[in-house]
Amino acid sequence: MKEFMMIFRSEVNESFGPSPEQMQSNIQHWMDWIGGIAAQGKLAGANRLSFEGKTLKPNNVIADGPYAELKEIIGGYVIVKATNLDEAMQLAEGCPILSHGGNVEVRSVLSVKG
Amino acid sequence: MNEKELIPHLFKTEYRKIISVLCKLFGILHIEIAEDITNDTFLLASETWGLKGIPENPTAWLYTVAKNRTKDYFKRHKTFSEKIVVEIKLNQPQTEAIEVDLSPKNITDSQLQMIFTICNPIIPAEAQIGLALRILCGFGIDEIAEAFLTNKETINKRLFRAKEKLRTANITIELPSEKDVNARLETVLTTVYLLFNEGYHSSTQSTHLRKELCLEAMRLNYFLIENETTNKPIVNALMALMCFHASRFEARTNQVGEPILYEEQDKNLWNNQLIEKGNYYLIESAKGQEISKYHLEASIAYWHCTKTETANKWLYILQLYNKLLLIDYSPMVALNRTFALSKVDGKQVAIIEAEKLPLKDNHLYYSLLGHLYTDIDNAKAMENFEIALKLAMTNADKSTITKNLHDLKAKKTTANN
Repeated sequence: MKEFMMIFRSEVNESFGPSPEQMQSNIQHWMDWIGGIAAQGKLAGANRLSFEGKTLKPNNVIADGPYAELKEIIGGYVIVKATNLDEAMQLAEGCPILSHGGNVEVRSVLSVKG
Repeated sequence: MNEKELIPHLFKTEYRKIISVLCKLFGILHIEIAEDITNDTFLLASETWGLKGIPENPTAWLYTVAKNRTKDYFKRHKTFSEKIVVEIKLNQPQTEAIEVDLSPKNITDSQLQMIFTICNPIIPAEAQIGLALRILCGFGIDEIAEAFLTNKETINKRLFRAKEKLRTANITIELPSEKDVNARLETVLTTVYLLFNEGYHSSTQSTHLRKELCLEAMRLNYFLIENETTNKPIVNALMALMCFHASRFEARTNQVGEPILYEEQDKNLWNNQLIEKGNYYLIESAKGQEISKYHLEASIAYWHCTKTETANKWLYILQLYNKLLLIDYSPMVALNRTFALSKVDGKQVAIIEAEKLPLKDNHLYYSLLGHLYTDIDNAKAMENFEIALKLAMTNADKSTITKNLHDLKAKKTTANN
């Protein structure tokens, strides 16, 4: 089994203001999708990223926000266990971000320890 | 109570207190001497009380005998005394002779310390449970053997090896430091929960013994709640979980001990008092920041104890299973999660998810598929139940699956008519 990272990106949408019910149902979709991967015993880790963050650039320049000059932001990541990239791509199917105009980038994880 | 009932009763309540105090006094190296003296004390009680009648205060009688037996032991075993007395006197320099302190405070402290000593990850889980049953619950070797469906010799060997491990590692009988308490508590709670499950799922036919095991697990857990050092939210969460499970004890087996599935249980047999206790501890468990697997399992059990089907019940259960899978994957949780999914999104969706599960050697997996396919594709349901039947090991499982198959066939006949 190899590890693959799924990176979730979506466009910055400043006018996005979901109702509490929409938020709740959105969280539920994410949890159901991740729960489905976990039920197969293929989840290695998952984290959401908050909007708090800064970007450090050369010469000690600090930019506010994690997404200062990007059109897309990374909303979170999941690490899954799969035998190959095709299987990891299958696991990515049904990711809730796809129905909100976002995308999932699936990358093979290489260990830094030799 | 006559002495025939009183002694086993006192054995259950006082054995652990005396042995904990003695172990603490002598150190883990001499755990067998503590056992010998405690056993001797009870032996003398059964001999004397049978002849002369029960003393006015049986507990005080036991304590006095235990104290005297200890003094005698030190007199008779000079070499032992010379070695150990020095060590003990370092701890209690004010006294000349060896004093066994059976005050309520020392009893409580010693028991708590013994729990942490026995529930030590250096000994295998099964041996921890055995030792806990023997020392902390006052179980006889034959009772432990029956609970584990094995013989006395195996249990004796297992306990001997476990004690040997504790001695070799020279474990100090003490409470973990404030910063280690949480990590060490997890091991303790694992053992307590395993003990509970041993009773709840054990294949031993004795319903009485199974209930005893569950009650002992709850009693140990309650002991941790009573003590300030160990009264943590996670401990309350496990207590809530066990209360909810135990509330269905009477409803989950029929008169001959065969399991009755949750959906077919007579809800009137559920124990409301235990459900209320469960609710109380669940609220207590919410007083911290951490959400442990016991919190999630207790919350799932809470929903299973609600008698009315509310719209959101299964939605909440599904979410809790999703969270539980993230921190503690097990095939059982994966199957239960898929069952909850069928209740929320329907059988068709659940079938697609179920087919992805890598549990092709598990009879419960095929039973679940059998249930999901029932009324959707009964031929496939039949196929899956047949595989489940081939994979099932215990008679109880086999009879449940056979009943499922029988029900399906009955459906077919009705449909054809």
